[in-house]
Amino acid sequence: MAKIVINQQRCKGCFLCVNFCPKGLIKKSRKLNKRGLNFAEFDPSGGCIGCAMCAVICPDCCIEVYK
Amino acid sequence: MEKIFFRAESLYDVSTHYCPGCGHGIAHRLVAEVIDELGVREKTIGIAPVGCAVVAYDYWNFDCSEAAHGRALAVATAIKRVHPQNVVFTYQGDGDLAAIGTNETIHAANRGENLTVVFINNAVYGMTGGQMAPTTLLGQKTSTSIEGRQKEKHGYPLKISEMLALLPGVTYVERVSLQSPQEVLKAKRAIKQAFENQINNLGFSLVEVLSPCPTYWGQSPKEALDWIRDVMQKEFPLGRIK
Repeated sequence: MAKIVINQQRCKGCFLCVNFCPKGLIKKSRKLNKRGLNFAEFDPSGGCIGCAMCAVICPDCCIEVYK
Repeated sequence: MEKIFFRAESLYDVSTHYCPGCGHGIAHRLVAEVIDELGVREKTIGIAPVGCAVVAYDYWNFDCSEAAHGRALAVATAIKRVHPQNVVFTYQGDGDLAAIGTNETIHAANRGENLTVVFINNAVYGMTGGQMAPTTLLGQKTSTSIEGRQKEKHGYPLKISEMLALLPGVTYVERVSLQSPQEVLKAKRAIKQAFENQINNLGFSLVEVLSPCPTYWGQSPKEALDWIRDVMQKEFPLGRIK
């Protein structure tokens, strides 16, 4: 079972990862980070396949992928 | 559980000043990953441009120099000739490489300098406020072409990669895009090829990267990627040019 870890304080909320996750496991948070932005949140229950599409498109290198 | 995707060693663990969804962050990471994979971090010298990426040296964990606007390839030529054993590359935007630096770009390419160029084309001047660049598409609205670029008034988008490919001193020219994860991976392969060419002393290599600028295109980050795919790639077709 794979998983990703998002650096939520560094996320700028472009949500490109949300658009490219083939499983739809990343969503916009309702909370704000210290920049005052909504950030990307990972849902670990949905069966992440570790394809790293989110990390490849993240412009701020906020995502680490474990498999 | 093994970590399969992580921050490259050549990329400092800091936040960048780029806008949300900007392609510079992706391009910086690709350069850093390629340098790590080739194992040349200790002998790489990057030349930062003037433009949005002006403080790229704050993000890359290897030696860098700054150059005056457009003069990155002239500075790179000097550094490479004095230190031929080092890997020297420039990272330039379209305003830097294709407008004020056209002279330096064409002559460095024509001399066949053994350099690598990462050319970020976002069809606009980002740092100064979204003015029209030489690469701005016909009909594209910018702060200095508020009714869209018109060929009668402003001429056509400058295809500098195709122009450089005509020169005998140029070894490798490829145009890639950052519009999807698949294209980002292809872009990384092209950048790696350009660095390998330099390490193998094959001559001047340039990779043009079509990169999103959501802020000055007036679009969301995802819309900007779709605009690259649907509009920009028609004017600037992807693939190997030379």
